Amino acid sequence: MTILSVRGVSKRFGGLQAVDDLSFDVGRGSIKALIGPNGAGKTTLFNLISGFLKPDRGEIVFGGTAVQDMPSYQVSSRGMVRTFQHIRLFPKMTVLENIMVGRHVHSRAGFLAGMLNLPFTWKEERRIREKGMEILELLGIAAHAQAEAVSLAYGQQRVVEIGRALACEPQLLLLDEPAAGLNMRETSDMGGLIAKIRDMGVTVLLVEHDMSLVMKISDEVVVLSYGQKIAEDRPLAIQKNREVIRVYLGDDQ
Amino acid sequence: MARRYSMVVAFAALIVAIQLATRFTDSSYHLTQLTMTAYYSLLIVGLCMLIGYAGQISIGHAGFFAIGGYVSAFLTTHNLAPRRGGGFVSLLSKSGALVARPDAFGGDLLHVHPWLACAAAILLTVVIAYVVGGPVLKLKGHYLAMATLGFGIIVYRMALGTEFLGAADGISDVPGFPLLSGLVVTGNSSLRVSNYYLAWGLVILGMVLLLNLIHSRVGRALEAVHGAEDAAGAMGIPTARYKLNTFVLSAVFASLAGVLLTHYNGGIGPSEASVMKSVRYVAIVAIGGMANLWGSLMMSLVLNYLSLRGYFGTFDDTVFGIILLLIMLFAPDGLLRRHILSDLKGLVSPRSAGEEAP
Amino acid sequence: MAGVTYGTIYAIVAIGFNIIYNATGIINFAQGEFVMLGGMTAVTLNRFLPLPLAILSAVVVTSIVGAIIEIVFIRWLRKPSVLRMVIITIGISILIRETALHIWGESVRALPYFTGSSVTSIQLAGVYISPQVLWVVGVGALAVAGLTAFFNLTMLGRQMRACSASRDAARLCGINAGNMVTLSFVLSAAIGAIGGCVVCPITYVQYDSGTPLAIKGFTVAILGGLGNSTAAVGAGMILGILESFSIWVLPTAYKEAISIAILLVILFVKPSGLFGSAEAARLKEF
Repeated sequence: MTILSVRGVSKRFGGLQAVDDLSFDVGRGSIKALIGPNGAGKTTLFNLISGFLKPDRGEIVFGGTAVQDMPSYQVSSRGMVRTFQHIRLFPKMTVLENIMVGRHVHSRAGFLAGMLNLPFTWKEERRIREKGMEILELLGIAAHAQAEAVSLAYGQQRVVEIGRALACEPQLLLLDEPAAGLNMRETSDMGGLIAKIRDMGVTVLLVEHDMSLVMKISDEVVVLSYGQKIAEDRPLAIQKNREVIRVYLGDDQ
Repeated sequence: MARRYSMVVAFAALIVAIQLATRFTDSSYHLTQLTMTAYYSLLIVGLCMLIGYAGQISIGHAGFFAIGGYVSAFLTTHNLAPRRGGGFVSLLSKSGALVARPDAFGGDLLHVHPWLACAAAILLTVVIAYVVGGPVLKLKGHYLAMATLGFGIIVYRMALGTEFLGAADGISDVPGFPLLSGLVVTGNSSLRVSNYYLAWGLVILGMVLLLNLIHSRVGRALEAVHGAEDAAGAMGIPTARYKLNTFVLSAVFASLAGVLLTHYNGGIGPSEASVMKSVRYVAIVAIGGMANLWGSLMMSLVLNYLSLRGYFGTFDDTVFGIILLLIMLFAPDGLLRRHILSDLKGLVSPRSAGEEAP
Repeated sequence: MAGVTYGTIYAIVAIGFNIIYNATGIINFAQGEFVMLGGMTAVTLNRFLPLPLAILSAVVVTSIVGAIIEIVFIRWLRKPSVLRMVIITIGISILIRETALHIWGESVRALPYFTGSSVTSIQLAGVYISPQVLWVVGVGALAVAGLTAFFNLTMLGRQMRACSASRDAARLCGINAGNMVTLSFVLSAAIGAIGGCVVCPITYVQYDSGTPLAIKGFTVAILGGLGNSTAAVGAGMILGILESFSIWVLPTAYKEAISIAILLVILFVKPSGLFGSAEAARLKEF
């Protein structure tokens, strides 16, 4: 079953056609990867899907609803949550607090309830905190709960960001270069984490440059070049695809 | 939560201690400036919420103070007696919305009841804040600063240039603001003590509401917006709406402060909307630590009091300008930073122990 | 006619904004104070010096003040946020204004008319105008021409443009970026002072003349597109004329409020101004 459907999406920036009539589907419960050389339009596509940019043309259908015109916070509340290529944790908050922000869409205390410190908020806050700790334990970083989030090692910060996204209980998780800046062991751990997330029932769409990671965990791979899709297939087939090889390695005689 | 409220209690104790001190040193006249300081502090803590927690600068908040003060002043001094016979006026009169009193010259004055005037002032403030705030908060960086500055100047110019608002002389002969059971907000010296506690009581109430907000789900969301707006949106937080609500909230605090201080002083003038006042408020929030509610409150207490007592002389405006400049140059996060303990804090103000852990 | 006069001075302030903005990405809120300082200093110096010398000295003094400001307050900052810079320049403008207040008091001063007096008028195309207006427009035009020549034809000017396009690249070419920034402040101050002197006979000058000018200058700069000095001239005219016509429609007291309302409208609707592009409007890095 399809959870996300990108249909004929295009986006232009001045003279540059960043995304050109792109279409693909993401099957529920799978791990799909977007790869391509630098400048292929992967991040732009991510921004389009997650509501940070509006496409010039085309549709983005998530869970049966067209979301291309929705602002990012609406897209997230519908169950499609993203992480960022350059880690964007909340700087003055602890690891646990960062995760707790992810629970925002599953809680309801507003301005008035907050100011008046109404009793129902006490229970809600406690539950938010508990759920946050649960996620930290799942990710194996519960020991750092009270540390200032940006003081953690880079690899751990990535994990925190993913944890924050998981706190939203997404149906589809968009990971923007999760292995960027990670060493080999951390990348391997990341692969394990992503697989674990998929096993929890969350569909994953990731943008990634690290080929070993992509080939190892993805069910399907979409290859972009200059904003266009040039291949969409299973990892092994992609590796043998002539067009893909040409795009990455150039025209070798 | 206990720590949060124990700080409130400690502050309340401080307020009582100050009053008793003035009583024993026979210097009760200080209470007047201290009461005025309280009302300015109400504006300050609301502004701190906006700048420090929601991360939105406003160099025009004196404008909201003035809107509150002027609307209330106008409605409680504009004489409706000549139109007594008219339909609308007699309807108001019958529903108890009007008050009759002798004016400063002994004539007959029929005006709107202070409660209704206050409600009108706050309502108008909310409307203006929503209308102006919407587009303004979409701006970033220096555009936002200039827009808020511009807003403040427009209010100032309108106050200064409008005849029925008293032009350069402002509005005077504003009556006291009656509360329940005989309490009145007024500058009348025989009611000094009760007014002092009324004012600071209101500030403490405001602090409690804001502290609660900071430690709530919305407070966390606001901090997220301030820290990384894109990421906050990605977490499902409606960033624009939250910023706007905080803006309106801080405007209401400012406006209420304006209403009550106007009744306390018995009048208001265009200088209350001036740029220098807005700069002053930002300077106090800045030196208090931007995202430090208690810091801003303590700094407001000290600095506003000194200013009102005339300690800064002709350099009054200059002092705040310099404070703002120095803070921005050397300590842009403010002196009393939230997560960093420093000896300076002890020097500047013994009570400001900074924000408690969540 | 008043519209043209005021329009020119607004344009001059806007150009001052643009020079510093182009070189540094900062909006220098103290720009208006340079104009005020130019006028006030010239008036004081005019007591001992003949008019041309007084004006020249005033421009030099103000330029020095501009350099001092940059060196003392700006130079040593490490990657400050745009907002922090705005507030710092606001603080600087307050400092200058209050100092002016304590030096010169609240009195209103004026320079004598450069040629003739306040009642002289010459006929131009059927309209009677004061010769001072010609001075204003003439000096304004000269300033724009001079700056354009400077930026396009001289080595120093080209270096400054290189700096504004890409600071790091400029550095790699051996250009001292820090000095370029100082130079931009000096130029801005100078042009502000010149403008201040030339309108002073008509508009008078007071310790607090600076702030309203800064706001209107900023409005004009935005209207023409931040950083675009040629457009600033046109935008200045538009604002000046709009302002002078607004008197017919609304009470004089609201004249200030009108220009600010225009500023707000521009910021809300098209912050890139009439001639700028959305890309250029994105805040420059310091």
